[in-house]
This record gives sequence, C-alpha cells and structure tokens, in this order.
Amino acid sequence: MSQPNEQCATRLHGLWALTNRELKKWYKEPILLFMSIIQPVIWMGLFGKAMNIGAIFTGNPGIPPEAAKQIMLQIFKTSDYFSYMAIGMVSFVVLFTTMFSGMSIVWDRRLGFLNKVLSTPVSRGTIIFSKVLSATLRSIVQASIVILIALVFGLQLGSTFNPVNILGVFAAIFLICLGLSSLFLLIAIRSTRWETQMAVVNLLNLPLMFASNTFFPTSMMPDWIKAIAQINPVTYTTDAVRQLLLYNMDATQLMIDFAYLGIFAAVFTSIGIVLSWRFLSR
Amino acid sequence: MADEIIKAEGLTRVFNKSLVAVDHVNFSVKDGEVFGFLGPNGAGKTTTINMLITVLKPTEGAASVLGYDIVKQARNVRNVIGVVPQEYTADEDLTGYENILLCADLYGIPREVSKKRALELLELVELTDFKDKKVETYSGGMRRRLELACGLINRPRVLFLDEPTLGLDVQTRAATWNYIRMLKKEFNMTLFMTTHYLEEADALCDRIAIIDHGKIVVTGSPNELKNNLGGDIITLSIQEDADIGGLVEKIERVKEVKKQDDTYFIKAENGELTAPLIIEVLRKKGYVVTKISLTKPTLNEVYLDYTGKSMRDAEESKEAIAAQRIALRRARTR
Repeated sequence: MSQPNEQCATRLHGLWALTNRELKKWYKEPILLFMSIIQPVIWMGLFGKAMNIGAIFTGNPGIPPEAAKQIMLQIFKTSDYFSYMAIGMVSFVVLFTTMFSGMSIVWDRRLGFLNKVLSTPVSRGTIIFSKVLSATLRSIVQASIVILIALVFGLQLGSTFNPVNILGVFAAIFLICLGLSSLFLLIAIRSTRWETQMAVVNLLNLPLMFASNTFFPTSMMPDWIKAIAQINPVTYTTDAVRQLLLYNMDATQLMIDFAYLGIFAAVFTSIGIVLSWRFLSR
Repeated sequence: MADEIIKAEGLTRVFNKSLVAVDHVNFSVKDGEVFGFLGPNGAGKTTTINMLITVLKPTEGAASVLGYDIVKQARNVRNVIGVVPQEYTADEDLTGYENILLCADLYGIPREVSKKRALELLELVELTDFKDKKVETYSGGMRRRLELACGLINRPRVLFLDEPTLGLDVQTRAATWNYIRMLKKEFNMTLFMTTHYLEEADALCDRIAIIDHGKIVVTGSPNELKNNLGGDIITLSIQEDADIGGLVEKIERVKEVKKQDDTYFIKAENGELTAPLIIEVLRKKGYVVTKISLTKPTLNEVYLDYTGKSMRDAEESKEAIAAQRIALRRARTR
C-alpha cells in the first residue's frame, strides 16, 4: 500500500513553482530578455533622440535660449525631451510585457498543461495569480534595465531625486502590472486560439500607448483623447515615475497617481482572479 | 466501500445545454484493478476522466474517488490521484528533471523529498541519462514516460491515464504498456484508463467498460466479454465429400456448426481443447481433416456485437468522410 499523501500543499509553494516556471523560460534564454529590451531601446534611440522636440524651440533663432527652456519646462515640466520620453518607455515595457502574459495561458490551455495543473491541489486563484506575478516581476526587471540604459544615453535626473525614490518607481510598476496583467489574462482565458489574443493585444496597445502622456503631455491633446488619457492607468504610472525621477516632485500629484494605480490594481486583480477562478471551475 | 476505489452514479455532463457528452454513467472500480473505458473518439471517455480528476464538474449525478466526493471534496481527491493526460503537457523549455520537480511543487512536496523521488522515478522510466536535457529533444515515447513519472510524483493511490499511447508507433506502444504494468506493480495502484485501441484495452485492463455515445454499453473483463460472444471459431475442411455437421454438433463444448461451400465454421468454447477433440472424433469415423484453424474472438467482435458497428469501421468511415469533404472542396474551387 502506498502511503497516502500527507503533505498539504501550501499556497505559496505552488504559487512560486508556477511563477518560476514562467520566469525560467525568460531568464534561461538571454535572447528573450535581450529582445524584450531592444525594442524600447530602439524607440528611445530613434524617437527620443531623432525627434528632438526640444530643438524646435532651442534651435530656433527667433526664440531666446532662456525662453525656449521656459517653453519646454512649461509643456514637458523638464527641459530635455529625451528624459521625458525615456520615462515613457518604462510604461511601454510594462504594457508590452503584461499584454503577453495572457498569451501563456492560451498556450497552457491548448497544450493541456492547464488541465493537468487543475487536477493538482493547487488552488485556482494561485494558477491565475502566478501568471500575474511572473509578468510583474519580468516588467520590473525589464523596466529597471531600460532606466539604466536611458541613464547611459543621457537621462537627466531631477533636482529632488533621491535614491529612495527608486522603491517608489518599483511600487508604481508593480501596481500597474497587477492590474494590466489581470485584465489581459481575463481576456485570454476564454480564448483557445492565440490569434484572438494577438488581435486583442494589437487593438488595445496603440490607444493605451498614445492616449496617455507616454510621448507627449496630455494638456495639449484634444478633449476626447484627454478623457481617455484621464482614465488610462498608463498616464498615472508614467506621471508617478516622472515625479519620482525627473520632476521637482509634486507630492499631491504623486499621491493621486498612487491612489489611482492602487485602486486600478485592486479592482482589476480582484475581477481578474474572481472571474478566471469561476471560469476555471467549469 | 473499502474495495470500491472509484464509484460513479448517474454521472452526466452536458455541454452548452444540448450536447450530452456523458449520459448517466454508472460504474465502480475495485481496489488494485486496471479499469478501462473503451470507445471511439468522441464517445465521452475524456469527459468522464476530466470529471473524475475534478477538472470538469458533472451536470448531474455523482462520483467519488477513494470515498471523496469529486465536487464537494475535490481537494482531497486531487491529493490522492495522479493524472497522465492525453497531451504531452511537460514544459518543452524545461528539462525532464525540472518538469518532475515542478509537478512535485504543485503537490507541495518538500524539495528534499521531491528530489529523491524524481530521481527514483526517472530511473524507473529509464530517463536518467536524459534528465538534464530539455524536453523538446525527447521522442514521443520518452515524453510519455516522463508524463508517467510526473503523474506518480505524489505517490497516488489511483492513477488516471487518458489515452496513454495515443499517437505512438506499435513498438513504442508495447514498451509503454510494459512501463505502465511495471509502475502499477511497483506502487500498487488502482488504474483508470481510457483508450480507443482494442489491443491496448485487451493487453492492460482487468475490466473494461465499452462506451458509445456517452453511455456504457457493457462492462466486464476482456475474456468475459469475448466468451459471452459464444466462444471461438474453428474452421475446418475434410477430404471426403460428406456432411459431418450432425456428428460435430454432438461433441462436447461445440455450440454451433455452419457449412459454407466445403468449409465448416464451428463455434465452440475453449477452442484450443475442442479442436483436437473434433479431429479425434472425425478420424475415428474415418474422415481425413485437410485444413483446420482456430480464431479467438477479439474485442473488435465484442464491440461489433454490442454497438452494431465495428470500431475500425467507425474510424475508417471518418477518414472516408474527410476524404470526401476534401474532394468536394477541390471540385468546388475548380
């Protein structure tokens, strides 16, 4: 007689095992990590450096250099456009990483791995949360690398920057990742075809990207885009990170950013996990 | 209850409110036996297994595994069962060893225990030499063995195998059967499996249930089912031009004699004992037997008898339909 299985599966044990499974694929293949970094870096290089928006004013002989700087400060709250958009790239990385977190559950379903996990004592919530968590951890690492590269390229840190602010940056990324990956996972969990998921991702990523302050301040956008930007969590993440690294920190605005991100994360993570859980208990 | 490891009563699953995949199925599996669900594709085998392993909820009816209700005590069920799915679920990007450890983690088995068990299991399924190779380099047979090892990491008392040799070639299939038999003996488990291979059901199962259109048509041991058909067929010809029908019919265990042209078809129980007896009787009467052969009924005949269609025909007709469809499509686009 084989002895009955006396080990009680702890929640964390299974959660870490499933999260690590996802992460392993990524950190064991340096090429994947490289590919995920290279795109934002190219954007930074081409968009940030080639479209030197600052030069429109500073390079204009009709505008005195001091006035040009004022204009830049007024629009971008920083005199250097590259620094402004480099921080936007942090959101870019986050957005793309989380979008594909949904993809892996589509594969798990198709390959039968999901059914297998469902027949083990791991709770349904844990299965979902492991996907969210792995996307979050990946985003944090990738965003950090992007910030480091931006520093090499000439990102100018703000006067109120303090190394402790970096923890705040991680917190902001953590919150938006929780919310976004839950959202994308929820979309993915019902589809058995990865093509569907690709279509959804392509449909959502441009609006989320451009109807926000990633590349340009929302103050200069038409009202209807402004309205979208106002509810777009990407706007709040980018602003929070800029407040922490770039701007003369506006504590009230930073609080608003974090409050919004906190609510966004809490709401979507709960919805995502509850609905996926229900879907998984067919 | 002690020896009823799995019990299903009126187990039913309806998809999309109209498609009845499993229709009020009743069966019980005894301790230590290999119980098989045999049926064509789409008969409801996988749906049944998915309900038993708590992945799907029954629409109606109930089932228990080791006394635990599959809905109300799903977590207890999950702890005591092992599952070897139809698909290759091992992660291709991880090594065989890492895959087993991952399975172990899902059961919350501490690392010091799981490492030891993983190595033992890899040894048993003869994958030790490949344990640090990525699964994407494994052959079909190796993957199956890895799935078997993964399914055993929590020392399950009941192992569920869904089409354990689907897509394997004949040789690898036979080898996989040997691994399954060996592991069953090693860990003293009860096995529940599904298959649409008649040979597989015959080779592995102590008892089988033939399932068709979501309903169990008949349950019994392969031999019982075959014997129920009335026994073996002895085909015989004699040199003389005479009717020996009446003579043979009187011989012990002979049930039925048919003559077609010059050949006699004799239905008899225990053909291997009856055939020599027939030869003996005929020789005593002066007849010379020129040809004799013995056919044992296969599960295909059993299947044919109970469902009114041959399992192989069912498979073939599907191919024929597919071929026809392709032909039609070609004709239309021309």
